[in-house]
Amino acid sequence: MRYIEPHGHMVSRTTDDYEKMVLAGCAAVCEPAFWAGFDRSGVEGFYDYFCQLTDYEPKRAARFGLPHYCWLCINPKESEDVLLAAGVLEIIPQFMDRPNVLGIGEIGLNKNTRNEIQILERHIDLAARHDQLILVHTPHLEDKFKGTRLILDALQADKRINPGRVIIDHCEEHTIEMVLDAGFWAGITLYPESKTTPARAVDMYELYGQQNIWLNSACDWGKSDPLAVPKTALEMRRRGHSTETIDKLIFQNPARFMSQNPRFQLK
Amino acid sequence: MTRQEVLDLYFMDARSKLIDLAAFLDRIERATGEADFRFEAFKRALDLLSAENASKARGVLMSLSDPTIEPIAKAPGKGACGAWPGASVH
Ligand SMILES: [Zn+2]
Repeated sequence: MRYIEPHGHMVSRTTDDYEKMVLAGCAAVCEPAFWAGFDRSGVEGFYDYFCQLTDYEPKRAARFGLPHYCWLCINPKESEDVLLAAGVLEIIPQFMDRPNVLGIGEIGLNKNTRNEIQILERHIDLAARHDQLILVHTPHLEDKFKGTRLILDALQADKRINPGRVIIDHCEEHTIEMVLDAGFWAGITLYPESKTTPARAVDMYELYGQQNIWLNSACDWGKSDPLAVPKTALEMRRRGHSTETIDKLIFQNPARFMSQNPRFQLK
Repeated sequence: MTRQEVLDLYFMDARSKLIDLAAFLDRIERATGEADFRFEAFKRALDLLSAENASKARGVLMSLSDPTIEPIAKAPGKGACGAWPGASVH
């Protein structure tokens, strides 16, 4: 079995996790910029983080022959501080030409505030001006439905944005339809307690799987599983899905989306 | 899949989760003090489980969601608690 992990926060994972993922068939890992679990004290903290994502982390993955790609932004949890966010938005362009950068992400909303929306719109503008792919984080739990609607509004308001070049991640049963109906890609995240289980992910695949969907683990510093994607492939097998169907969902689909950036190459 | 196949694959797992849920409700009954809005939200969501349709997961998620559309002025914190407090005051 081969698969792509399109959303893994590898800076928070051990080197052993890289080994386990490769042993399970991982062919590429893509790492969106996100919250460290604490607020960084200034723009310099993000500068260092972007260096880690574009220099150190790909080297760590390369020790296992694993291509590593990343996405850049200031995440919505820190976007409430618009001054900090403006400073981070200013330094992003100097990292965009690094060879493993796929686009802008994971941008989006957290608590659905006006400040978060302002910074989301500025990221969308940055992506449009530099013709970048976009990876979107949708809010957690009770905030997800409202946040997904606000995010769709912000993306659709910018006429330069092609929905086929945007993935809206962490979709669940109450948000996936509006995302796909609007022409965007939908990500389903396998994360204990707060997102979906393998069984629910396969349910959604069975309902909407003919469309543009990917699966990811969003493994990070929280309780999460870097092998959640191959475990969901096993769930599909238990339900009788063919090897070709599974390969399409966990390998071909993410490859198709990310190959819209020619930097994305599978060895 | 046939209903028989779904039961063969998932009945034991769902049974175990059902008992866990019942035990959680018992634990709340035995406990002292006032519950907060999350318990009311939970009970409203539980009522949806006996609906005869195939969109119960979506229904439960919606019943726990903030249905408003206006952005808020300021983040009250970073986290989410899993239920919308506004539902209890409407
Ligand atoms: Zn993430």
